[in-house]
Amino acid sequence: MAQQATSRWRYIRAFASGLFVAVPITVTVLDRVAYVARVEGASMQPFLNPVRNYEVQRGDIVSMLSPKNPQQKIIKRVIGLEGDFIRTLHYKNRYVRVPGGHLWVEGDHHGHSLDSNSFGPVSVGLIHGRASHIIWPPNRWQQIKPSLPPNRGPVDCEEEEEDG
Amino acid sequence: MFRRAMWKTLGFVGYTVQYGCIAHCAFEYIGEFVVCSGPSMEPTIVNHDIVFSERMSRHLCRIQKGDVVVAKSPFDPNMNICKRVIGLEGDKICTSMTSDLFKTHTYVPKGHIWLEGDNLRNSTDSRNYGPIPYALIRGRVCLKLWPPNNFGSLNESPTGRIIKTEKD
Repeated sequence: MAQQATSRWRYIRAFASGLFVAVPITVTVLDRVAYVARVEGASMQPFLNPVRNYEVQRGDIVSMLSPKNPQQKIIKRVIGLEGDFIRTLHYKNRYVRVPGGHLWVEGDHHGHSLDSNSFGPVSVGLIHGRASHIIWPPNRWQQIKPSLPPNRGPVDCEEEEEDG
Repeated sequence: MFRRAMWKTLGFVGYTVQYGCIAHCAFEYIGEFVVCSGPSMEPTIVNHDIVFSERMSRHLCRIQKGDVVVAKSPFDPNMNICKRVIGLEGDKICTSMTSDLFKTHTYVPKGHIWLEGDNLRNSTDSRNYGPIPYALIRGRVCLKLWPPNNFGSLNESPTGRIIKTEKD
């Protein structure tokens, strides 16, 4: 009886010490190195890297916390950086200058996308990941390169002069 | 002999990785030490105070009106600001000065909070840049650690700007 008790106790101790190693390492890897996120309805699973120093370019796909709901993660494309002039789609102002420390993000489908066209420029501090690869479905394996959709980009001052 | 040195190094590296990960989890999910600078929270927190800010309230969304929080600055994500929560989403905030004849109010939008420093005269806060998203909060300051003669929990708001509703 005593032998059974000690072997069971040893098993519990081994399990607990294994957990003590595995859980912090897994959590740290998911926070600092990379994690996988599902994108609802768009049939792509991106592989997300945490953003270092908040360096994002125009055209990057980023994952961020929604300014309307702090528990919801949304995935959008960066259209404008701070200082850019953006011609908006269905926002309250026709033209917007992105303030310092903010970004203009849009979803690739403009229908009812919950993006900057509804809640305005977002603070860079809300960004926490940048999509680097699509890993599912397998026929869509690719590295995601930053690319702006056609006609969605910052308005250049030279263009304004030509039109005017 | 070379083999033993190699195994020892590997063991050392393994332990470093493991304890580094435990430290990361502690600072990310339990709490962190914050050194405060600036006069905007006097007399509650003065320049060069060290406080402990816990992360659990933020992850569980249990930040309340009157809490002192550490948040990322909306204009520079690498800078942190330390202010008191005056209003949560849906709350009514009085935006006019006390000397104004007509009082103006604003409502805090969904998913945002209104922050103000305790030193109203010398603080840039939501009165200047508006409400900030709740997701920018990093943690709730729960304990003052340094200087030792001021050790303990933080005082209530001295400014009287928090409007208590029936919900509280």
